[in-house]
Order: sequence, then structure tokens, then C-alpha cells
Amino acid sequence: MGKREIDDRFKKFGTVSFTATTKVNDFIDHLENDRVSGTRCKSCGQVYFPPRADCHACLSSDMEWFDIDGSGKLMTFSNLGFAPVGFQEDVPYRIAVLDYGEFKVFGRIASDMADTDIQIGMEMKTIVNRLADDRLNFVFEKV
Amino acid sequence: MGRVAIIGVGQSQFVRSYPGAIRELVFEGFKESVTDAGITSKDIDASVVCSAPEYDKQRSPAGVFAEYLGLNPQPTFYTETLCSSSSTGLKLAYSLVKSGLHDVVAVIGFQKMSEISSSESQERMGRGADIQWESPFGTMMPAYYAMFAQAHMDRYETTPEDLALIRVKASTYGQLNDRAVYRKAVTADMFADSDHIMSNAVSSPLRVGDCCANADGSSCILVASEEKAKAFCKKPIWIKGIGAASASVNMSGRDIFTGLSAAREAADQAYKMAGVSPDDIDVAEVHDCFTIAELMAYENLGFAEPGKGCELIRNKETYKEGRIPINVDGGLLSKGHPIGATGGSQIRTIVLQLRDEAGDIQVRDPQIGLVHNIGGVGLYGNVTILGRE
Repeated sequence: MGKREIDDRFKKFGTVSFTATTKVNDFIDHLENDRVSGTRCKSCGQVYFPPRADCHACLSSDMEWFDIDGSGKLMTFSNLGFAPVGFQEDVPYRIAVLDYGEFKVFGRIASDMADTDIQIGMEMKTIVNRLADDRLNFVFEKV
Repeated sequence: MGRVAIIGVGQSQFVRSYPGAIRELVFEGFKESVTDAGITSKDIDASVVCSAPEYDKQRSPAGVFAEYLGLNPQPTFYTETLCSSSSTGLKLAYSLVKSGLHDVVAVIGFQKMSEISSSESQERMGRGADIQWESPFGTMMPAYYAMFAQAHMDRYETTPEDLALIRVKASTYGQLNDRAVYRKAVTADMFADSDHIMSNAVSSPLRVGDCCANADGSSCILVASEEKAKAFCKKPIWIKGIGAASASVNMSGRDIFTGLSAAREAADQAYKMAGVSPDDIDVAEVHDCFTIAELMAYENLGFAEPGKGCELIRNKETYKEGRIPINVDGGLLSKGHPIGATGGSQIRTIVLQLRDEAGDIQVRDPQIGLVHNIGGVGLYGNVTILGRE
């Protein structure tokens, strides 16, 4: 990552990002390298997804990244029939939560999955998804 | 330290688009409450103004209202917990009175949502969620609550038809409420008819009929010390229990999707403080921003076991004549949901019920009532228990 006056990498996250600067901006670099990552506190071991710069358990800010791998269980989802401003072209799409045990992940379900293939409790994995204009998010797909 | 009472309640007509300024909208609820209490602005020691600020062009509306309502030079404060702002205001007013700092406090809730479009409004409401990690996926309130509906239906016997029954109940009473936005009948047949707008998908499994509408409106609740309440008021309604809790804003921080943990926690606090149990509640107002929200409230408040909420509505136990009448003013589903004013409107309904002044929707001789008011997707839970004694 080259040096920038303002590190606003996070503005590339999702269809529309409402945040530009954050201490966990390396998350975006990881997405670009096909990694979806959370943080772990080096002081007390607390695991966080979404990633955080600061540990509320021990107040340390000494964090390390870990990659999400393996599969999580689909806790719930919904298929959106209409969308807020800025997301209309994405409709229909599905938001969902996966339970990995130590942490959970909120995101979208891959758009190429059929509704009939989606069941609460099914195992899914989280993968990087490339959007138009070099934007990035992540989606869940069947294992 | 003495008890704390509600001595006056008011709300404006809830409308799609209020044809006036926010100070004028607020005047309507305020006027009704001071008239109800038989007091004037000079008897009010402080005010707490409650709304979600992203709809307002006016910065710091509390100061504007204090002047317009004749509440200068008394102090005024602003508070916000999304859709439960005025329940939070009630808790603050209770604390101000209970501490002895003030004797009479006005809790003024308002929202004029009509100045922005419905889709812009959805986007703003979606930003009541986690804007860093969730909003970039395109979130909105119906979709979040739909995830809870999906999980509830997957785990229990709840069906989309059960949710429709909750809307049918709401409309039964909404037709009687001349302050409500939506006063037409809604039937289960409308949900079953794929050509009817009520059955149109919003975010699966929620349909148009499962969702409340935006509205403009104001409410005002006057809170007083025991001494002032007895001096001013023939029928003070006492604040017996008041609970408030929070939960993770990001859905990845939630352990279950079949209920709202903050509602459960707030209910536990309120029941404990009031020294009552769910069986003691004679009438309740719950936060039915979506039909699934009312169903989860049945369970989170202990009116039904987890997973059994559907039986309450199937058996009409939450109708006016039922075991536990709920939202017999039509609820948010009929009244509309002017964010900052909603909690005050719910409190007003329960106060009128406990005074036996609820007219067509009066429940028979209620002694204890409950208000359940949620901010965001269970981000903030507020439960208030009121009583005649």
C-alpha cells in the first residue's frame, strides 16, 4: 500500500460505502487479495468480526489479522424485493448471517444461488466478491 | 423520595404529510397534554425533546420548541434512541423528577418524516444499523426484521398467515382511532390475494401488509412528582417500572434471531422494579413496526412461551376482549410510525386505558398497563409499566 495523505481505502467497501477512514482499512487490501479477515487481540485473544482496532475486553489496541476460512452455519436470511437509495440496481439480493462459532458474519448470499437451495442451518463459506468500479464486498456460497 | 406520575398526555393527528412547521406539529401534542393536565407552560420545570435527528433540517430543535411552547427560561434537553426516543425521554424525565431536580417535566416526541422521500427515508432508517459493516450491503429496516421472521418461522410453527392476523387485528382497532394514518379494514384475504398490494413482497417473508408506514406526528407526556401530581391531577397514573437495555448494532453480534434480547432485558428490569409479572398486565402497547415485531414482543414480554406467540393471535387472546389486549389503538401498523413521537403515543394510550378514558377501545377495568418500545432492530429496548395505584 503506497503512502497516501488520507487513507480512505474503506470507501471501496460494498455497493455504497458510508465510511472512508478506519483503522482497519487493511481489510480492503485483504479483500483485494481474496481474503476476508477479522481481528484477534494479541493481548487477551478475543476474536472479532467485523474486525476492530480496539479490544473492549482488555482495552488493548494490539490486534492481529486472521482469515475467515472453513464454513459457517446459516442462521437467517431475507430476500429484498426493493432497496434503499443507491442499491436499486442490485435488487433482488439476499442478506444473511453465518455463525462460525467463535464469531458471526453479516453479508450477502451469492446472487447465483437459487432461492430453493437456501436453507437455514446449511453450511456456507464466505468469499470475496468483486463489484463494478473496483468495489469489493463478500458473499456467502454453498460449501 | 415519592412516586412519579404521568399527569397529562397528548398527541397530534398522525398524518402522511403534515402541512406545517415542526414547531407547529409539536404544539398540537403539547397543547393536548397541558389541557389534559389542567396546567400551563409556567407549571413545567423542564422539557426533554425526543426525535431521530436525521429527518430534521433544524439543528437542536429542543431550543426552538422551548420558545414556541412558552417554556423559556426553563431548561430543555434532547435525547435520541431511534424509534424509542420518547420512551427514553420518559426514563430521563422520571430520573429528573425522582432525583428532586425538577417537579414537572414535559416529554416531547416528534417526527416530520415527510420532508424526504420514502426510499430516502428507508436509507436513513437503514443507517440506524451499522453503517460501516452492514449498510454497504444495502440494508433497510424491513429486511432486518424479515431475518427475524425467517428465523422464527424456521424454528417454530409461525407462518406468514399468523403475521397477517396481527395486521388484521391492528386494522380492527385502527378503524376506530381517529388519530391513525391508516383507517381502512385489512383482511387475511388481502394477504392471500397475489394481486393485492398487501401481499406484495417487501423483504421475504415480510409483505407490504406486515409493515407500518412512515408518518408525521407529535406526542407529549407530562411527568410529575407525587406532590405535584396530587395537587394537579384527579387521576394520576404512576410509573411503576421502567426498564431499558441495548444490544449489538451489528447482526453478527446477536445470538438469536427469534427474539430481541434488549426487549427481554428491559422487560425483566421493568417487571422487577414494579414487582409484577406478565400475568398482572391488563393491557399493553407493543412496538409493532412490523407484524413479526409484535409476535416477538408477545414472547419477549412473557405473555407467551418462546415459539408460542402465534397461538395468542390465532386464539384472539390479544384482542380487546382477550386475555391480554395488545395494541387496541391500532398499533404502529395503523397509526403510522413518526419515530420520535411513537413511544409517547403508546404511553398516551395506556394512560387513557388506565384512567378508563379510552372510549371505543376501552379495556375492562385495567389496573396495570405496559408499554414496549424498540429502537432500531432491537438495538434499544424499553419497557415501561404504569399503574392506577
